[in-house]
Amino acid sequence: MTASLNARAAVAALVAAGLLLLPLYSQLSGNIFVLTLFTRIVIFALAASSLNLIMGYGGMMSFGHAAYLGIGGYAVGILAFEGIGSGFIQWPVALVVSALFALAIGALSLRTRGVYFIMITLAFAQMAYYVASGLSRYGGDDGLTIYKRSDFGGLIDLSSRLQFYYLCLFCLFGGIYLIWRIVNSRFGMVVQGVRSNEQRMQAIGFPATRYRLICFVISGTLCGLAGALLANNTDFVSPSVMYWTRSGDLMVMVIFGGMGSLFGPVVGTIVYLLLEESLSRITEYWALIMGPLLLLIVVFGRGGIFGLLGRLKGG
Amino acid sequence: MAEPLLCVENLVKRFGGIAATDHLSLEVASGELHAIIGPNGAGKTTLISQLTGQLSPSSGTIRFAGKDITRLPAWRRSRLGLARSFQVTSLLSDFTAIDNVALAAQAHDGHSFHFWRNARGETHLRDAARSALERVGLERRAEIVVSKFSHGEQRQLELAVALAARPQLLLLDEPMAGLGVTESAAMVRLLLELRREVTIVLVEHDMDAVFALADRITVLVYGRVIASGVPSAIRKDEEVKRAYLGDTHVVTRHG
Repeated sequence: MTASLNARAAVAALVAAGLLLLPLYSQLSGNIFVLTLFTRIVIFALAASSLNLIMGYGGMMSFGHAAYLGIGGYAVGILAFEGIGSGFIQWPVALVVSALFALAIGALSLRTRGVYFIMITLAFAQMAYYVASGLSRYGGDDGLTIYKRSDFGGLIDLSSRLQFYYLCLFCLFGGIYLIWRIVNSRFGMVVQGVRSNEQRMQAIGFPATRYRLICFVISGTLCGLAGALLANNTDFVSPSVMYWTRSGDLMVMVIFGGMGSLFGPVVGTIVYLLLEESLSRITEYWALIMGPLLLLIVVFGRGGIFGLLGRLKGG
Repeated sequence: MAEPLLCVENLVKRFGGIAATDHLSLEVASGELHAIIGPNGAGKTTLISQLTGQLSPSSGTIRFAGKDITRLPAWRRSRLGLARSFQVTSLLSDFTAIDNVALAAQAHDGHSFHFWRNARGETHLRDAARSALERVGLERRAEIVVSKFSHGEQRQLELAVALAARPQLLLLDEPMAGLGVTESAAMVRLLLELRREVTIVLVEHDMDAVFALADRITVLVYGRVIASGVPSAIRKDEEVKRAYLGDTHVVTRHG
């Protein structure tokens, strides 16, 4: 038990250190592309971590999580388009709108369980996708170009590659710290208890749905933050970030890394996006290789990469 | 006599055309151990589930501590002091024993919208959990994950979870089910102690245990009460003998 914990902690520390030192490597080797790639990875790791909160810890298999990437992104994009460039306005709006969206779809979809929950979250995300496609003022299907990144005054310059990378990393580490506090708090104990046995939790006196709903909202809000970062990273937002395959990618990242482990989704995201990047250079049918790989991990590595890690060293 | 702690009046629960609970009335006085017996399919678990709020009755009323709780959801009843154990063990199987019990203590310690402080570091919850585990003799197994527990230990833990809620009324649904002879005896000893502290409604097949423990016994057949009274009266009741106790196979099943 302790051995496996140590193995995981070691890998987590190694990955964290690697992410912190990455810009140094990029500088020394002159490889700018690696920083661009990892900025994207760090943003998706934040989104995957937020999904892990409800999926891994809360047992809520949301198949519509990419909706918040779009909502956070469109909040930034639309405000920028309308001439409100300040990040101090854009980002809080992104978070609040994501939270409200999560509150609304959570209140409806948390009445259902299992497959129905998966389908309802999927349906809501697709609705968001089609609504965004219909926003003709903001580019409709073609998406919306953001000509100027969020402006935080003299505090931080988002158009600096380095500063932006560290901002994303700060958000990721902050998000993981927040999730860590939450899952070990009274609230987190209740949410995990409901995942394990909802009837029992009701019987000992917990109104389970309330706790699940608040957890759902926290997760959606965090993913909205990832959406705001993503829009700034690509200088562009389009309905495609909300498409259901995107939600599927996020789920795969979480499962790859290990559901319900704090750092698993980060590792899962890194592996997934690096594989996608390198495989797509070899062949355009990269999904043909990715698919069986996912299958192997699900069949043999229950608990994902972090689960494997635990068993290899701990057994 | 003061108002009974639990008062069930004319309770009916229909599943399609079948009345699983059929105009059932029942009173449980504060401080007593009230056993409910009856052959399989008599509607004992259906009754318990209506008392705790997992099932909603078709008609009738349930009053608990002077309050009408007929339509309250399960978690509210639990907050009022009504705790249950499940017939089929129903624990948080991927949690440790102490986490299971501490959650029950936490449920009765205000709301749980605390997002920051480490719940496992809250000493009063841990202490309450530890003392409940001690009550049932599981203190040495506190940090073990429940899925690794034997069946007997899980039954004991069920009881610890119910106790940690500091209930006024404990509803025990076949706590002896599936226990071996020695485990059953230990459970009876434990219940003999507990009955001094808390009012208990006990649903049980083990007749030796029921007659050893109960102050009063209610006999259910097809969802109806056919007799209710002290054990010696129930033993002599002709209708009960006919319906139930005459079946020696059932009586000695766990003996």
